[in-house]
Amino acid sequence: MRQDTKMPTAEARDFAIGAASPAPNGGDASLSIRDLSHSYGDLETIERLDLEAPAHTVLGLVGPSGCGKSTLLELIAGLQEPARGEAEVGGATDGPGRLARCAFMPQRDMLLPWLSAIDNAALALRNRGIRRAQARREAGAYFERFGLAGFEDTAPPELSGGMRQRVAFLRTLIADKPLLALDEPFASLDAITRAEMQEWLAEALASHPRTVVLVTHDVEEALYLSDRVAVLSARPARVVDELNAPTPRAADRDAAVTDPEFVRARERAMRSLREGGNGALVAHSATKAPGRGRE
Amino acid sequence: MKRWLPPALLLIGLIGAWQLAASSGALADLLNLERFLVPSPAEIAEALWQNRSLLAENAWVTLKEMLLGFGCALVAGLGFAVVMHLSETVRRAFYPPMVVSQAIPILAVAPILVVWFGYGIGPKLWIVALVCFFPIAVNALDGLRSVDPDATKMMRTLDATRRQILWRVEAPTALPFAFSGAKIAAAITGIAAVFGEWAGGESGLGVLIRLDSAQFETARLFADVTLVAAMALALFALLALAERRIVTWR
Repeated sequence: MRQDTKMPTAEARDFAIGAASPAPNGGDASLSIRDLSHSYGDLETIERLDLEAPAHTVLGLVGPSGCGKSTLLELIAGLQEPARGEAEVGGATDGPGRLARCAFMPQRDMLLPWLSAIDNAALALRNRGIRRAQARREAGAYFERFGLAGFEDTAPPELSGGMRQRVAFLRTLIADKPLLALDEPFASLDAITRAEMQEWLAEALASHPRTVVLVTHDVEEALYLSDRVAVLSARPARVVDELNAPTPRAADRDAAVTDPEFVRARERAMRSLREGGNGALVAHSATKAPGRGRE
Repeated sequence: MKRWLPPALLLIGLIGAWQLAASSGALADLLNLERFLVPSPAEIAEALWQNRSLLAENAWVTLKEMLLGFGCALVAGLGFAVVMHLSETVRRAFYPPMVVSQAIPILAVAPILVVWFGYGIGPKLWIVALVCFFPIAVNALDGLRSVDPDATKMMRTLDATRRQILWRVEAPTALPFAFSGAKIAAAITGIAAVFGEWAGGESGLGVLIRLDSAQFETARLFADVTLVAAMALALFALLALAERRIVTWR
């Protein structure tokens, strides 16, 4: 077991911002979901959803478990086709077009245990036909920047939970897609590591702007990381409420989440969740799997 | 080192008990047999040494059948598993007949194969390969299908082609499964090769076993059987070792 190396130092932050990379693929990176419905057989999972995320903003999606959030991510990423309506990512509405513009970070880290951390992070480059040495060099630069230096050749099972999530996020980031679809990225982590990872992600997005759709069951996480948060109802998923986050990705997380305006927003979101979820939220938080992380 | 101790002690104890029971004649009396029909481990070892060139010659024939048959089954089994994994139609078509083929008693098929392919190595390869094919193919296919769908989705959004998903995710996931199948197959290669030689052959340990059985050469008979088992065990151990070296992430 290894201890998580503490990332958020002022120095690292300055460096990260100094090394900011331009937005990938130059142009449009906005997301627009229009009148989108989906069902599995007779089971309607998503009902006439309308959502917008301007380029380089974070759209948070919270909702009771089983409400179709993960399905929605797959629809956006072009892994599935909606029954009705459309999702548009960077101007593309067709499945292959959306798939080419989205990178998906699944709920569990899904790091391949037969590859080292850096080879996992470099997967997208390897898939593009870049030679291994070159791919490792490119991915290695990110390792320095994101506090993973020294762990390049560590096998994923040897990494702490927080480090695994960082490698998984890097793998998504290095794919250089305009839109990142993050499915409960920190759900498996303990509370302290999760808070650290949220700060880390806020910094990472400051230096590497992307449009992000963040699915989470954690209202506080959604409000802290997102520009705008949509509260979804129990299945079939509808938008029951939409809020603007008071201080998106503030440098001081502890101060941000205790700010009265933030607390008010959180209470409102919780209320909307409860009203839309028919009490499912209580069951949800109780059945959440215990952390897989190794802190 | 410590985990080898209990089985080693058990083995030494059993051989020692057998030696005592056989050399004193107690075992033969118990079975109500002539003493020369119940050889002691020392006598078997002696038979092994005295007949070493005859045994080596025949063991080499059997080993060739085992290795070549196993090799054919490995190539065919893994290839079939990949094709069945990639094509739903092929899987639907071939999976049931494959299971049925496994239910056919190989003992009954062996003479037919000898009639068709003669007394050479051909029918033995077929028999060994037929017996080994099923565990390898089924385990490898199960392994390929056990891949987490989220891993496949992740790879697709990282622009992986079907082939890249197969080699970078599915094949490594299936590898431990394939090794399990191969180890099961390896353990039965000896039995299959001996069956093949019984059905019709001019040399090999199977042929020698029949001969020794007919001539009441019980000490050499035990030596034959020991050799067949040792060869199958060696193949199994070799695979287990390879698995430990290759599948380091488990």
